[in-house]
Amino acid sequence: MSFSGFFTRSRFSVVLIVGGLFAAPAYAADEINIYTTREPGLIEPLIAAYKDKTGVEVKTIFMKDGLSERVLAEGKNSPADILMAVDFGALVDMREKGVTQAVASPAIEAAVPKNLRDDAGNWFGLSMRARILYAAKDEAIESFTYEALADEKYKGKVCIRSGQHPYNTALVAAYIAHHGEAKTENWLRGVKANLARTPAGGDRDVARDILGGICDIGIGNSYYVGLMRSGKGKPEQKAWGEAINTVLPTFEGGGTHVNISGAAIAKHAPNKDAAVKFLEFLVSDEGQLLYAQENYEYPVKVGAHTSPLIEALGKLTVDPLTLDEIATHRKQASELIDKVGFDS
Amino acid sequence: MLKRLHGRIFSVSHAWLVVSGLLAFLAVAPLVVLVGIAAEGSGALWPHLMAYVLPTAIVQTGILLFGVGAFVLIVGVGAAWAVTAYDFTGRRIIEWALLLPLAVPTYVVAFAYLDILHPLGPVQSLLRDLLGIVNPGDLKLPDIRSMAGCILLLGFVLYPYVYLSSRAMFLLQPASLMESARTLGAGPIAIFWHVALPAARPGIAVGGSLALMEALNDIGAAQFLGVQTLTVSIYSTWVNRSSLSGAAQIALLMLAIVLVLILLERWGRRHRDDAVGSDIAESMVPKPLTGFANYALMSFLVLPIFLGFVAPALFLVVEAIARIDEAGLSQAIIAETGNTIFIAAAATIIIVVTGFCMAYAVRLVPGKLTGLFLRAGALGYAIPGTVLAISLLVPLAAFDNAVDALAQSWFGISTGLLLSGSGAALIYAYAARFMVIASGGIEAGLNKISLSIDETAATLGAGRRAITGLLHLPLLRPALASAALLVFVDCIKELPATLLLRPFDFETLATHLYAEASRGTYEDGSIAAVLIIMAGLAPIILLSRLSLPVKANDAEVPELKLNSAAI
Repeated sequence: MSFSGFFTRSRFSVVLIVGGLFAAPAYAADEINIYTTREPGLIEPLIAAYKDKTGVEVKTIFMKDGLSERVLAEGKNSPADILMAVDFGALVDMREKGVTQAVASPAIEAAVPKNLRDDAGNWFGLSMRARILYAAKDEAIESFTYEALADEKYKGKVCIRSGQHPYNTALVAAYIAHHGEAKTENWLRGVKANLARTPAGGDRDVARDILGGICDIGIGNSYYVGLMRSGKGKPEQKAWGEAINTVLPTFEGGGTHVNISGAAIAKHAPNKDAAVKFLEFLVSDEGQLLYAQENYEYPVKVGAHTSPLIEALGKLTVDPLTLDEIATHRKQASELIDKVGFDS
Repeated sequence: MLKRLHGRIFSVSHAWLVVSGLLAFLAVAPLVVLVGIAAEGSGALWPHLMAYVLPTAIVQTGILLFGVGAFVLIVGVGAAWAVTAYDFTGRRIIEWALLLPLAVPTYVVAFAYLDILHPLGPVQSLLRDLLGIVNPGDLKLPDIRSMAGCILLLGFVLYPYVYLSSRAMFLLQPASLMESARTLGAGPIAIFWHVALPAARPGIAVGGSLALMEALNDIGAAQFLGVQTLTVSIYSTWVNRSSLSGAAQIALLMLAIVLVLILLERWGRRHRDDAVGSDIAESMVPKPLTGFANYALMSFLVLPIFLGFVAPALFLVVEAIARIDEAGLSQAIIAETGNTIFIAAAATIIIVVTGFCMAYAVRLVPGKLTGLFLRAGALGYAIPGTVLAISLLVPLAAFDNAVDALAQSWFGISTGLLLSGSGAALIYAYAARFMVIASGGIEAGLNKISLSIDETAATLGAGRRAITGLLHLPLLRPALASAALLVFVDCIKELPATLLLRPFDFETLATHLYAEASRGTYEDGSIAAVLIIMAGLAPIILLSRLSLPVKANDAEVPELKLNSAAI
């Protein structure tokens, strides 16, 4: 960020406001602008690799809630080319708000399986994470179903982050898609009755709380296991990661629930072609390898390399429901979570 | 001479009225947008909200506010009275150190204490060693992730708002008043309840409402500790049910509750006149304590400093040093520190100048209108930061796109987005959010300058400009400086609006910390957290110096006499 461009965004504003004291950054064609809800540390390695390869400058703004609102308000002058999110619900939401555009890219379509992208090409999965079981070593669980989380034998033993976190609403939405609303409500009540503590914090806290003796089992994302066990965090985290066993749970009669980190091309993307090329890079073997190595995520591309730490979790059978289908139950899931008072 | 003065005031009044109205309009613009967003919603969500969300959220928010309110009042007012009325060992240090927790953002104190008090953290590990327990699961202690934990943690970092404002009021009360009460046979406790406290109430109300609004708007600590407040339900309504209008409706409900509370408090003291303080009164002489009372009071006062500042700061410093040893100090974080201080300083200047204009307009142009502008400008603080930022997106982009359209049609060139995603937008957001801290503090400062001084000066032939420049501004200096420093510290800690409105590749320490915390890499975040606290320290120490007791022989009063003489 140059000092000159800080207060305003273009030369004219500068003329208008401070009489030309500041110069402005120009949006050249050899750069791409990303608005992302994915933490910058996780995409920096990919951006750096792309820059080395092509010389293209990739600029980012990391935000949390309000990404689509910002793009929507900026309208046709928005500088955003790519919109990234860590939850398919958010990507579907962007499409529904009309801030994305359909893209036809044979390279992306060949790499990303159909159930992990929008039919019309409005968004694509770039990497995949499974919602898995973390369990204390002495629990000795070989296989597990999501349904079993409500089993009475786990009373007072379960840790989980807020039910209203998108990772959990997506899981509940998938449950609704499998079993219908009434059964899901019962299940949620059962899980709530099993909780060892208030649903709060993040997924790593589940592993830490298991080691701390607060709970015995819990639900978290797969890549946190890789991040903790790799020792990329502080040494304590390695201990948390190693204190747990992991199981890839499945739905009865289904597979393991996965979510994606994904991207869409913004409706008014000023550098659309360059942006599509960047997405193509992300789903190439090289890009997918980086996702696996740096972030311990599952590649979306069939046959791409997976980190040994994640390979060790076992064979992943992705639930056959399409993300689009699960997304239709998202609001319903969020309301059910309120209804059973899951977080309170 | 008086006639000439009146004539001048009349014309100048209009200018002040217009400026104040314009600033109030800018500050209220996001609120107007918020009402618009709320009105777009069908209300279809309300049966669900009424049945399952709001009952819990309102009760939880009520408990949180009541708890934090009681805590900050007891600790804040108690500590302020103690350092004003008594002299004890370490008072000189404790007096300013009590302000230190201001430097610790609520989200930082929450994550630091979760680490400190976790079964795997230092406190419980030590306890287990002492008790000879091996397995962490065998020592079950209450979890900090609870309502009680949230109240305590927020209380320990928010009480300084009340401490600061009530101490200022206590210091202003003339010693003669206390003396009279004492001669009439009142004991120290009776004097506190019947004389000092009622007179300090306006100040306590200001500090208390700042602390409560912070607690109400907090999202970081609440989500971290699993407390379901109204603010948390605003987020889940918006994010998970994709209903921005529903979220806006809840935000407005919350604003309405805040307004009712403020009006109730004002109504409650409608018959009381403000403090009988005067600028030249001698403030009370603290009573020396000895023996047990001396050390007991000292220990009591050290506790909030230790728990609100020393413990979390020390813990973070240890973590940060471990991280720096391991990975070094990145160039990026140095640049981010620069960004943080630069934007906070720029915003502070703007906020203090605009806050002064709005508060000064009330004095120059008495009447309902300027007062209304001042109150309206203060409302931004009662809205969660992200919601305020969302509401700002719309007017900023509308302005940009209108300018762009004009430029296109007149000159055939595109100006693109001028303000959206610029530093100016960030400063606007900070101003809309923190205006009340400046305008409220400056208003209180102005109220302490008796109107009769203005009249005397005018009678002696002083013009408007002389009264402002030679009389008001020098007298206001402490209030202006405190406002500036408080605003600066708040800007350094600001997270939600910065996150949403910032330019490309622009990180502050708070956004850096948030990014690290949201991927669970707290160990990297600890360096940013320590830097946030350090950036706030210098202003806080300055702040405490500025609000030191004003003695009759201190510089200010002779200055006043000098000025009066000059006039």
